[in-house]
Amino acid sequence: MSNIPLAGYLIVSAIMFFAGVYGFLSRRNMLTILMSLELMLNAADINFVAFNKFLYPGQMDGAFFAMFAIGVSAAETAIAIAIIINIYRNIKNIYVDEVNKMKY
Amino acid sequence: MDFLSLFVLVPILMLVGFLPCKNIRQIRTVAVIGSSILLGLSVALVCMFIGERAAGNTAEMLFTFDRVWFPTLNIHYSVGVDGVSVVMLLLSSIIVFTGVFASWNQQPLTKEFFMWLILLATGVFGFFISVDLFTMLLFYEVALIPMYLLIGVWGTGKKEYSAMKLTLMLMGGSALMMVGIFGIYFNSAGSTGTFTFNLQEIAQNGIPIEAQRIFFPLTFIGFGVLGAMFPFHTWSPDGHASAPTAVSMLHAGVLMKLGGYGCYRVAICLMPQAAHEQSWFFLILTGISVVYGAFGACVQKDLKYINAYSSVSHCGLVLFAILMLNETAMTGAFMQMLSHGLMTALFFALIGMIYGRTHTRDIREMGGLMRIMPFLSVSYVIAGLASLGLPGFSGFVSEMMIFVGSFQHTDMFHRVFTVVACSSIVITAVYILRVVGKILFGGVQNEHHKTLTDATWFEKIAVVTLIVCITGIGFFPSFVSDIIKGSLTIMTSW
Amino acid sequence: MSYTLIIVALPFLMFLFLGLVGGKMKPVVAGLIGTTGLIISTVLSYIAAGSYFFSVGKIGETYQTIVPMNFEWLRFTDKLHIDLGIMLDPISVMMLVVITTVSLMVHIYSFGYMKGERGFQRYYALLSLFSFSMLGLVIAPNIFQMYIFWELVGVSSYSLIGFYYTKPSAVAASKKAFIVTRFADLFFLIGILVLSFYSGTFSFRDLTSPAGCAFAQSITDTFMGWSVVSWAMMLIFIGGAGKSAMLPFHIWLPDAMEGPTPVSALIHAATMVVAGVFLVARMFPVYIFGAPDVLTIITYIGATTALFAAVIACTQTDIKRVLAFSTISQIAYMITALGVSGYGAHEGLGYMASMFHLFTHAFFKALLFLGAGAVIHAVHSNEMDSMGGLRKYLPITHITFLIACLSISGIPPFSGFFSKDEILVAAFEKNQIVFWCLYFCAGLTAFYMFRLYYRIFWGDNNKVYQHTPHEAPASMTIPLIFLAALTCVVGFIPFSEFISTDKTVFHTHIEWSIASLSILVAVTGIAIATWMYRKKNTSSDKVTASIKGLYTAAYHKFYFDEIWIFVTKKIIFNGISQPVAWFDRHVVDGFMNLQSTITNYLSRKIKFTQSGEIQDYAWAFMMGAVVIISLLVFI
Repeated sequence: MSNIPLAGYLIVSAIMFFAGVYGFLSRRNMLTILMSLELMLNAADINFVAFNKFLYPGQMDGAFFAMFAIGVSAAETAIAIAIIINIYRNIKNIYVDEVNKMKY
Repeated sequence: MDFLSLFVLVPILMLVGFLPCKNIRQIRTVAVIGSSILLGLSVALVCMFIGERAAGNTAEMLFTFDRVWFPTLNIHYSVGVDGVSVVMLLLSSIIVFTGVFASWNQQPLTKEFFMWLILLATGVFGFFISVDLFTMLLFYEVALIPMYLLIGVWGTGKKEYSAMKLTLMLMGGSALMMVGIFGIYFNSAGSTGTFTFNLQEIAQNGIPIEAQRIFFPLTFIGFGVLGAMFPFHTWSPDGHASAPTAVSMLHAGVLMKLGGYGCYRVAICLMPQAAHEQSWFFLILTGISVVYGAFGACVQKDLKYINAYSSVSHCGLVLFAILMLNETAMTGAFMQMLSHGLMTALFFALIGMIYGRTHTRDIREMGGLMRIMPFLSVSYVIAGLASLGLPGFSGFVSEMMIFVGSFQHTDMFHRVFTVVACSSIVITAVYILRVVGKILFGGVQNEHHKTLTDATWFEKIAVVTLIVCITGIGFFPSFVSDIIKGSLTIMTSW
Repeated sequence: MSYTLIIVALPFLMFLFLGLVGGKMKPVVAGLIGTTGLIISTVLSYIAAGSYFFSVGKIGETYQTIVPMNFEWLRFTDKLHIDLGIMLDPISVMMLVVITTVSLMVHIYSFGYMKGERGFQRYYALLSLFSFSMLGLVIAPNIFQMYIFWELVGVSSYSLIGFYYTKPSAVAASKKAFIVTRFADLFFLIGILVLSFYSGTFSFRDLTSPAGCAFAQSITDTFMGWSVVSWAMMLIFIGGAGKSAMLPFHIWLPDAMEGPTPVSALIHAATMVVAGVFLVARMFPVYIFGAPDVLTIITYIGATTALFAAVIACTQTDIKRVLAFSTISQIAYMITALGVSGYGAHEGLGYMASMFHLFTHAFFKALLFLGAGAVIHAVHSNEMDSMGGLRKYLPITHITFLIACLSISGIPPFSGFFSKDEILVAAFEKNQIVFWCLYFCAGLTAFYMFRLYYRIFWGDNNKVYQHTPHEAPASMTIPLIFLAALTCVVGFIPFSEFISTDKTVFHTHIEWSIASLSILVAVTGIAIATWMYRKKNTSSDKVTASIKGLYTAAYHKFYFDEIWIFVTKKIIFNGISQPVAWFDRHVVDGFMNLQSTITNYLSRKIKFTQSGEIQDYAWAFMMGAVVIISLLVFI
């Protein structure tokens, strides 16, 4: 484990991040978009932890920040899902391009 | 706490007092008590002011109070009054007091209506007591914004359009003004080296003439928009026509005076040299306002439009007189502000009461109201006569003061323009008598109007208060003119 | 003499009292209160006149100007301030007497005439207001106080003409009267502004004292080739011309007859309409020393108006309108007399004659109007055609009316003869053209007055009335008799001993050469009228047919009303106001709306970039980030 270089972590997180970006941009389903979002957040978390380990080995700040981010993203997901459920109740689907009743 | 801050504090307490109100009766109680306190305060202020001056206190601003609230930019909460602001405070409190009675039966959302109205009043009072430019601007905006909701929600006719137009035009004006005010701020240091928002300090330090040339027109036009200066007056007819009674009263009676007051306090007092240089240009604009507004009023069919155009004409006269830059004309200008405020408030109150009964403001659909509602009709005639400048009412003294004062100007151009402005008194007579003849005299136009009733007690309170003030000034003008003049001699001695 | 304040203040208090609580009183009580107030004023003004002319005011052969009261009301500048006060000099004391007398007569007369009218209390309140304003006008010690009361007189006239406010014609007439006089007042105001700017004072004492006049000569500034003093005095005269119904401002006066007849007698015959004459008389020294050229203009305007109005009066059929035009003509006489006057004892004959005519005219013209009121009261019509042979039914009215007619025609020994004679003498000495013009007018006056007289009281003797006309009640006949008595005697007052340009007593005597000429022309006029109208016959129709063009033109008052309507309706309303209103809505406001339209249009155009689709934004964000990062990295 300890001999995996920093670049390894970064590559994984970059792949995760761009997978998230791709999902975010291409999907119409809100749940999928939410999942993509989570993917991007987690990629960022990996970076935090990895940089913490390699740059400031004695400290735990990065890890804590990652923990916070996970907590926040959990809360955010809860709200987002609540909204999505409400939208579903109103328009009977959860495709982003059809949620435009409030526009104009 | 100092005395002047009460003028802001009392309206805020009223706002708080409205919150727990359950029904219209409680709301009225709060409103009446609050506005009576304000009226009492301003009367007390007038007495105290006269007392101080009689005791030989010649300080420019009296009852001052100063506290820093944003040290970085040297912004103070700084209050103080001179004769001009005392008179304006008196006017505002009278209008607020009568406005409460005029909107006695305001429905729906009574609580919200009164809250916005009083918020507006807070802004107005704050504006008149401020000596700090930034605080002044702050209160100015506080006074403008409620207007949008008051017209947009409680108005009649094309209310959304009018509300939007009014707000946007006035905001446009305040944008110009804000540029002007910051221009003043960054040129306010003089030899002291610190920038200041305090009016007196700026006046002492003096602004370089090059800066004055740029920022005078900006400030003057900025305030001029609110003073209904041609060609920035078109918000006034639509705005007044759509606004509910009390709002029209407060707007035409007080808010338009903010414009004139600001032009004087900020534009002219701080930048006198530029004012002197550029007055000819603005004289043309305001001279046009005077005559043009009067002609415009001659052919209108809606009572409120007639009055709005008449306000354009009368307020044009205010700015016109201020630009003459001499003591008599300026005193006349403030007398005219006071007199126009009272008179136009009376007009709008009466129009509101008539409209509340006949449900029309079209002069072609009314007639013979004198017989049906004598009290309101006679009051309307009195308002009309005051407006056309009949001796015995406030309009006469203020107009005469303006004309005589303006005619003392040594420049032929100014005198010729005074003659042009004078001609408005004939046109005023034409449109006033046209309306009076059409709606009050003659036979009853509409059979349904025959069953209408005359004024109720609370309407009478509003009307009588205003009439008493108008005739009081008409008979004893020296009382007011001395208060104003005493302050002007200090400020116009350049 | 400070009790003169009461003369003025009392009617004002009456006005306030009746105006505020009069509606709750019985009509008669309100009328009595108003009348009582005026009786006190009248008595006091008689006392004032007596003591002024015979003891207090006269020192040696000269009358003093007394200012018993004066206080500063409103200060404009150090030099200019409006004072309110009282100034007594011969003409103001004379006017006090005239106004209170006629006003009192009208007050009494109205008990009968206005009986049972709705708004009786309001009527008396307004009469009091009018009396107050008119009294305040004549005692004004400065020109600004005069202007103040000038306006008040205008508004009380407005409200009295429009007394029957449900009648559209009355409303229109009152509006016209107010606006026309207000238009003239504008010039008055400008005149005051100009005069005060150059002289630095409002006070009559400074303006008209010899020293003040000297200053008037010393001002050499000119404006458009005319001296500023002339400008000022011309403008002030225009103000006076408006109130005094001189050409071309006369149009409001005939219409003003829509008001109740006693009001016409008071305001539009005896008092208010002579305000213009009074104004010129008040400012006379300034005219004669500072602006003699204006005085010449005044003369010609007066003479033209006199002739013009007399011609129209010959053709009118509404009896009040005949009287109205006769009033215009007689006031023009006074104005002309002022115009031909000089300064000094006998030089100032015209001035004295003018005031004398003002004095006598007030009584006999009030009498004529009140008599006409009694006739209208009896037959309920203003038209001559519905009258005739009334002398049997209305004996008192008939006799008093005849006296007034003889007086205005200039038959001795009635008062009109004396004053008119003085005017003719003054004109003869100064300007022959004007003299012959006035002389011809005198003939016309006799003719149209007797045309009126015959057509009311003679003419169709067998006319059948629906209701038998009956003589008016005592409250109406007593004023008639009183005024008729005054008409008989006031001519014998040696007026030149009281009023003259330099306030010094001088003596006049009747110039019998001119007097006989004027009696001759008056008798001729009466004779023609007798021939044409005494009996119902066709001679009048024949005469009319022979001068058809002139007759029609005169009947339509030389189309002045049409011209004014054209000016107001077509030019002011349709030519200026409508375009201004249109311009305002479409150009000025249109520009504002255009700005918002442009903003709206642009925002509509760019709003599609804000699709609201989160993925589009994210895509744009991504690309933007990539571009910026690559720029940062590679450059």
